Amino acid sequence: MYKYDSYDQAMVDARVEEFRDQAQRRLDGKLTEDQFKPLRLMNGLYLQLHAYMLRVAIPYGTLNSRQMIALGDIADKYDRGYGHFTTRQNLQYNWIKLEDAADILADLSKVEMHAIQTSGNCIRNISSDHFAGAAHDELIDPRPYAELLRQWSSFHPEFTYLPRKFKIAVIAADTDRAAMRLHDIGIQIVRNDAGEIGASFYVGGGMGRTPMIAPQIRDFVPLDQLVTYAEACLRVYNRYGRRDNKYKARIKILVHEMGAEEYTRQVEEEFAHLLEQGVEPPLAELERIKPFFADPAFEDGPKSVDRSDPDFALWVDRNTVRHKHDSYVSAVISLKPVGGIPGDATGDQMRLMAKLAKQYSFDELRVMHTQNIVLPHVRIADLHALWTELEAADLGAPNLDTIEDIIACPGLDYCALANARSITVAQRISENFAKKNRTEELGQLKLKISGCINACGHHHAGHIGILGVDKKGTENYQLSLGGSEAEDVSLAKITGPGFDEDGVVGAVETVTDVYLEQREEGERFLDTYRRIGMTPFKEALYG
Amino acid sequence: MRILTGNDLKTGEVVWWNGQTWSLSVHDAVDVGDAADQILATEEAARRVNVPYALEASQTEDGVRPAHIKDRVRALGPTVRRDLAVPTADKTGWDWVI
Repeated sequence: MYKYDSYDQAMVDARVEEFRDQAQRRLDGKLTEDQFKPLRLMNGLYLQLHAYMLRVAIPYGTLNSRQMIALGDIADKYDRGYGHFTTRQNLQYNWIKLEDAADILADLSKVEMHAIQTSGNCIRNISSDHFAGAAHDELIDPRPYAELLRQWSSFHPEFTYLPRKFKIAVIAADTDRAAMRLHDIGIQIVRNDAGEIGASFYVGGGMGRTPMIAPQIRDFVPLDQLVTYAEACLRVYNRYGRRDNKYKARIKILVHEMGAEEYTRQVEEEFAHLLEQGVEPPLAELERIKPFFADPAFEDGPKSVDRSDPDFALWVDRNTVRHKHDSYVSAVISLKPVGGIPGDATGDQMRLMAKLAKQYSFDELRVMHTQNIVLPHVRIADLHALWTELEAADLGAPNLDTIEDIIACPGLDYCALANARSITVAQRISENFAKKNRTEELGQLKLKISGCINACGHHHAGHIGILGVDKKGTENYQLSLGGSEAEDVSLAKITGPGFDEDGVVGAVETVTDVYLEQREEGERFLDTYRRIGMTPFKEALYG
Repeated sequence: MRILTGNDLKTGEVVWWNGQTWSLSVHDAVDVGDAADQILATEEAARRVNVPYALEASQTEDGVRPAHIKDRVRALGPTVRRDLAVPTADKTGWDWVI
């Protein structure tokens, strides 16, 4: 994985000391909250319901064991013994003291991490395919391009005060595991008819209060023009984005209102202009980055496991994913134990996952946007030993992509923006289906819960989505069906009137009953919904 | 009753105005009546507390109950991590929060 050079390290260290001074001035009463707030947000420090919250950037979700150990140690030393992995492939600490914040950033810097640009109207953490570099179906590893874009977007003076926050995803497979078309810019690395590698650009997607699927605006950008094209996309947005209205300030609104065709025309015009300016980093920089993502030394070995232990066999079936080398798999560590808090991990669990990564996965871990952790390169021969250790640490839940593998934002239990709790609904649904032993029968079923319209829980992209709203001071939950964040991307549609907490748990069971009654051979919940439409589900829910 | 809350500047902890200073217990909150704006201005100027605001609440036999669900969650802590509740969490349980 990428290693800081002396410039990277110096920049991050300088930023830590700058923030230390800013925080001290706030503590000394020399800065008002209005003055300090934009400074702390630039360093990922929010004020949430119960305390300060620090969001740590994990570029394209890739970590080494040293970094994961540091995250676990910070959880124990400065927080309350745990952290929360997010749908941006980041980590959040919920109980941070302002007086500790600079020390935490200093600890992060020691392991080449930071919290820069995890908030504010800037280009946020670049996300990517959590199986990048391991996936059997990818064209190439997308992470060198994500890293190049990370470097370009870090401290970019022109894009520090955009109309609104800006999120970029980079993938390199036809299977979309990064919700690419639900980003402000989605980039797919592709090969054209001439056999050249380049980038396909999708612009203007997003979730939030106005969900939109990004249209493709360019099918092929040569790799030596990748950054220039991204710069052109940002420039047009920066010029015309709605700074007058926060709720219409995301690029998706601009692309929608301007029209994708006109937006594209302006991007192309700007692109032509920028090509003459020489803003593209030299290809030598990309070539410098690439070796950091070189394949580890894979070795041939067994290609199957002993399936005599049914619990182990179930975990292998559900939580391991085909690897590009046939003696390896990518193993998913579920952070969704039945009744647990999706995405939470204790300091001990983080250190254990780090140890296992070092022992079994060439020192690498990935954070999934679905709030699980991946060990990307595990020898099939090591799977049983790995599973045994995970089981002992309550990390062996065999539920990847099942109804127990629920995405849930922190919701009203932690978040100042939330209107309703998400976690408790996730807990009750997973307990309900586990208790009734229906998880296996339902197969792939992606359920996503947000506690407010900002959609951090990706409810628009859930096969089943749940949105918590405030209804006259009480929690109410809207149910939606038919969303997907994958290559078959779609936005979920609301079923009808909302439910209280008990009601929505029952409603989820009702719609799964309809699915089981109506499904045809081989259909997922999403397939059945798309075939039969909303009506049978509505009839079952509302009579 | 009208009470005041905010987050402690240093720790970020939820605090409630008890008439003299900021307390960690919602049950110490006092009715500030029409004095809310004046106290908030003074306390913000003193920079001891972050983003303080006034809210409606009721005084019950079991203690002070903020009117809005968000403030009730703030009063005790995350409902899903009751082990992390504020030290003065209600001995009578959490039923009133949701």
